[in-house]
Amino acid sequence: MKFAVLQFPGSNCDQDAFHAVRDVLKQPVRYAWHKDTRIDADEAVIVPGGFSYGDYLRCGAIARFSPIMAAVKEAAARGQTVLGICNGFQILCEAGLLPGALVRNTGLHFICETVTLSVANSRTRFTQQTRDGDTLRIPIAHGEGNYRVDADTLKAMEDHGQIVFRYAGGAPNGSLGDIAGVCNKEGNVLGMMPHPERACEPLLGSADGLKIFQSLLK
Amino acid sequence: MKAIVTVTPKKSILDPQGDAVRKAIHHLGMECVESVRVGKHIELEISGTNVEKTREKLEQAAKDLLSNPVIEDYKIEIQ
Repeated sequence: MKFAVLQFPGSNCDQDAFHAVRDVLKQPVRYAWHKDTRIDADEAVIVPGGFSYGDYLRCGAIARFSPIMAAVKEAAARGQTVLGICNGFQILCEAGLLPGALVRNTGLHFICETVTLSVANSRTRFTQQTRDGDTLRIPIAHGEGNYRVDADTLKAMEDHGQIVFRYAGGAPNGSLGDIAGVCNKEGNVLGMMPHPERACEPLLGSADGLKIFQSLLK
Repeated sequence: MKAIVTVTPKKSILDPQGDAVRKAIHHLGMECVESVRVGKHIELEISGTNVEKTREKLEQAAKDLLSNPVIEDYKIEIQ
């Protein structure tokens, strides 16, 4: 499977994602600059973490208007895989590709630690290498990861299995329903605050994140 | 023309920043402050004189970019 890793001014997990795909997953990957307008029909898109456009106005608000995002929206509409990690999750919410929004952590602190996630839906293309209830040790590093969505939308999301990951043992950031990752109704776009690309090798302390990338190859 | 767009967190959304400011104000001895919401004040200088058209365009900008309707409300004031 071919991958494209987006790069915005201020992206800082793009190289980690690139490394995870090329060197660990052993799949072809390229960078797609924010001013590019092309996503190929056979590519999976990774929207990486960081602080695109300095998080000005709101996290992800300005990245959403980049030329590349129009191509990502088209790719998503065609059913191609789009994975947003951390700031990438925030961008996908701002772009309307995922429901909800991410606001400041309840405790106001930037939280950087390894957390335990519980798989809430293992039937997505991102989680088919796991089973419901499996736990994954994956790091988080964010100040705005507090997921918010209105009650009606949340109900619909739960009915459609769109809650994919929850923080096991409670959300450290105040997230509604301990939500750590969600997908769209069609199941081809996933956003998550934890960083699976930082947990792909035992050397990094955990290789649990690799299961998410491996699921995409199945 | 000058326009001011004020963006505030929705009432239903917890505002951790506002809450931290509220607690700090209490440390100043102002226990009477019951609630604080922190928002954004955005000033725009706009060419042209058609207030109605400008307001229309600003509505669009406020909805699409300046605020996120999932979590924020906005108010437009044209001077």
